Amino acid sequence: MNTRRNLLAGMGAVALGGLLWNRLPVELEHAVAEEIDTGSPSSYFPNVWLYTHEGEKVRFYDDLVRGKIVAINMMYVMCTGACPTMTANLRKVQQMLGERVGQDVFMYSITLQPEIDRPQHLKEYVEQQRILPGWKFLTGSPADIRRLRYGLGFYDPVPEVDNNLATHTGMLRVGNDRNQRWTMAPALADPERIITTINHVDGAMVHTAYMSGDAAVHLG
Amino acid sequence: MKAKFLEHCPGTLKPGSWKISVKAGGWEPITGEVEEKESRGEESRRSFLKLGAAAIAAPLLLTSLGSAARSRRRPDDDEDDEDDDDGALLLLLLPPPSPATIPWQIELPTAIDQLQPVVLDPPPMAVANTAAGEAGRAPHQRWNELYETPRQYPPVHYELSAKENPAWVFNPAYPPQRIWGYEGNTSGATTPGPTIFARYGQPTILRMHNRLPQDHVGFGTPEISTHLHNMHTASESDGFPSDYYSVNKAGPTLATPGEFKDHFYANIYAGYDELQNGIGDPREALGTLFYHDHTFDFTAPNVVRGLAGFYLIFDHIDSGDERDPSPSALRLPSYPYDYPLDFGDRIFDQNGIMIWDQVNPEGLLGDKVIVNGYIEPVLRVAARKYRLRLLNGGPSRFYEFYLVRPNNVVQTFTYIGNDGNLLPAPLFNQYKVRLGVTERADIVVDFSRYPLGTELYLVNRLTHRPGETRRPKDVRAPGDRLLKIIVDRYPPEQDLSQVPAVLRELRPLDPAEIAAAPVRRWDFDRANGMWAVNGEFFDPQRADAKIKQGGVEVWELFSIDDGWSHPIHIHFEEGRIISKTVEGEEVSVPPHELGRKDVFVLNEISSIKVLLRFRDFYGKYVMHCHNLIHEDHAMMVRWDVVTDPNLADQVNETVAAPEEELAGPPVEPSNDNAPRQRRRNR
Repeated sequence: MNTRRNLLAGMGAVALGGLLWNRLPVELEHAVAEEIDTGSPSSYFPNVWLYTHEGEKVRFYDDLVRGKIVAINMMYVMCTGACPTMTANLRKVQQMLGERVGQDVFMYSITLQPEIDRPQHLKEYVEQQRILPGWKFLTGSPADIRRLRYGLGFYDPVPEVDNNLATHTGMLRVGNDRNQRWTMAPALADPERIITTINHVDGAMVHTAYMSGDAAVHLG
Repeated sequence: MKAKFLEHCPGTLKPGSWKISVKAGGWEPITGEVEEKESRGEESRRSFLKLGAAAIAAPLLLTSLGSAARSRRRPDDDEDDEDDDDGALLLLLLPPPSPATIPWQIELPTAIDQLQPVVLDPPPMAVANTAAGEAGRAPHQRWNELYETPRQYPPVHYELSAKENPAWVFNPAYPPQRIWGYEGNTSGATTPGPTIFARYGQPTILRMHNRLPQDHVGFGTPEISTHLHNMHTASESDGFPSDYYSVNKAGPTLATPGEFKDHFYANIYAGYDELQNGIGDPREALGTLFYHDHTFDFTAPNVVRGLAGFYLIFDHIDSGDERDPSPSALRLPSYPYDYPLDFGDRIFDQNGIMIWDQVNPEGLLGDKVIVNGYIEPVLRVAARKYRLRLLNGGPSRFYEFYLVRPNNVVQTFTYIGNDGNLLPAPLFNQYKVRLGVTERADIVVDFSRYPLGTELYLVNRLTHRPGETRRPKDVRAPGDRLLKIIVDRYPPEQDLSQVPAVLRELRPLDPAEIAAAPVRRWDFDRANGMWAVNGEFFDPQRADAKIKQGGVEVWELFSIDDGWSHPIHIHFEEGRIISKTVEGEEVSVPPHELGRKDVFVLNEISSIKVLLRFRDFYGKYVMHCHNLIHEDHAMMVRWDVVTDPNLADQVNETVAAPEEELAGPPVEPSNDNAPRQRRRNR
């Protein structure tokens, strides 16, 4: 189950050591060492330190994912490609989920440009996009963000694609940490379709189709 | 412990026989020479593994590695391993190889487990019996006509339960562990599940219970939607991806959850309405089908857990009785000498437990192949003819099978059916079968040619780069031995089976009909880190095509990139390949693909033109890549058969786009869901 985490964790120790260790920035070395020390044993994901757009310092797994149903995507403030549309689309998802966001379902957006997008920039973005409370925008050290991106499966094996911000992932990672059930939805998909996938991993939801309150009452 | 295992497997895995290879971009055996290369092997671009290895390092090292130069493929570059020094790191994202297994310890049964009919209580109904716990499906189509009204044979009922088996042993080297499978008449779920033997003209109900552990933790989701792969069936019984159910949950296209769901397989041939003969067109008969889970977003993990089984269907031609006195009967080798074999790639952790990575966008390529649920099993056969039905059950690996003697000398056989459908005539003296994911091949092997005691191996010579799920690499002898066959007895009765020179008639292709058919184009491509069709991702509530019932169309499947192969599966009806192109040049269609198919392997920079009909039923269906990773990453489209012609798409009745327009926009217009704009953002 946790192969990927172990491999990511072990990456530093085994191979980087022999091949590339000397060429790594100190930053990554630090991050790898930290992961080995404190990585959560039950998670797919690196338990890196992040900052929220509200300036809160959090551990990715311990504070944001553990025991939760989450929906996670990547974006950056300066993005003029898919991000604005994705953010607008996910805002619709947030609105439709209503009170569930922040209680049962947790939404996170992680910047792809952590060196530029500091918490205050993300806060401005949140205000500008009129994001409702309960959806956190996250930044951190570039090395941690990169490891997190790989941990979340948000990469392309072709480096030319992987390193091109214009072709960054359009996936929304959707999962339920309680039963270790992970999947994804296209972040640009119809909001109702995204909610279907969230409802699928949410054990409390019997009907996975999105229904407004009235429709749900009708179906009984 | 390990040393003890290794004693049992000479010539397979030895300590020190694996190395981390930068050249191969992963783990590779230290020995292993290239004895042959397939003609298109040189087409390989650098594998994603090499690339992916670089990807980890790339943000740090890209400049120093000079990626731009590396990305150029040299013309006539037939040594594809030479530029691998950029691949130093991705191998670290790969799990290490599965631990060594002990070959040829587990014996497959000499006859396949055949599901027996039951009396269903409560009896099946046209409308979902939600009061009794049935999931809220749409009513069965044509129930009165095809179920209630007497047909060629009285209705038959089967019952299966998707269920966990906590102690499956893939191989004696691995501990007992949980799998998901199907439980039939006897206690205990198996993978594959029991085989259903069906008959054309016999209405068949399969009541599928979901008894998977609802509190399951880990990969796989305990909801099911069971697709009967290549059955000509009504939508509500097709196992549409979002028709998934459990007692606790209803997929978005079901009204209510349920503990079971009845699937009504009318067992009519396609062409029922067209021929008005009460059974359809026997030229459209299917033969080797399989049922498998198709749950939206979770097909790969659920199939990897084990949710698959065979469904074989017979008629007056392929009658399933090699002693059939009827002049119409082919008398092909029949049960117990008719034997399906399901091959699937799996990978195991260092404790021998099967693993799956739910968030790896490339999935996990199995380095062990399970054959009917076991790694390196033995099949004991009688010295006579057998019909072997080979299925690539996925999730991602492609195979090229050979039957060899222990000294690796290749043996011949007769190829009689592809994708489960009998060919018009057998292909004699064949020696290899290539299968993309969920392609099938029926072959007849005459074991009477061998003295008792002869040992043969079914080997796979098609390789993938370590961990690469996007496409196969090349053909290398001697290959991996997947199944040992021992000719160990004479048959109790004389072998009266035969392979006649004519099998099943094909409906002739009508050039005028093809020329008049609307052409619909489908581009299979990558977008936003996922897999797209016409730039779109699957939405089970959005039909991207609406086709009038009874319509005839030409579908052009396009792949304009060169880094992957897509085995494209089209539900509902079989297609005929009209033409194929590679890099814009028309290429010949191999003989085994000249029959009817339901999986079309779309290789790099190629197109396939397929003639399809949409007859007898209506509703929602899908087309998707059957590389299960690509399917779960949204490479699937919903298309609907509609009865009201006014609701059908008006498709351009033009010929295909010329090749220079390969990268052009999709031709396919869709008049529904207009507000959902088309997005393409690579």
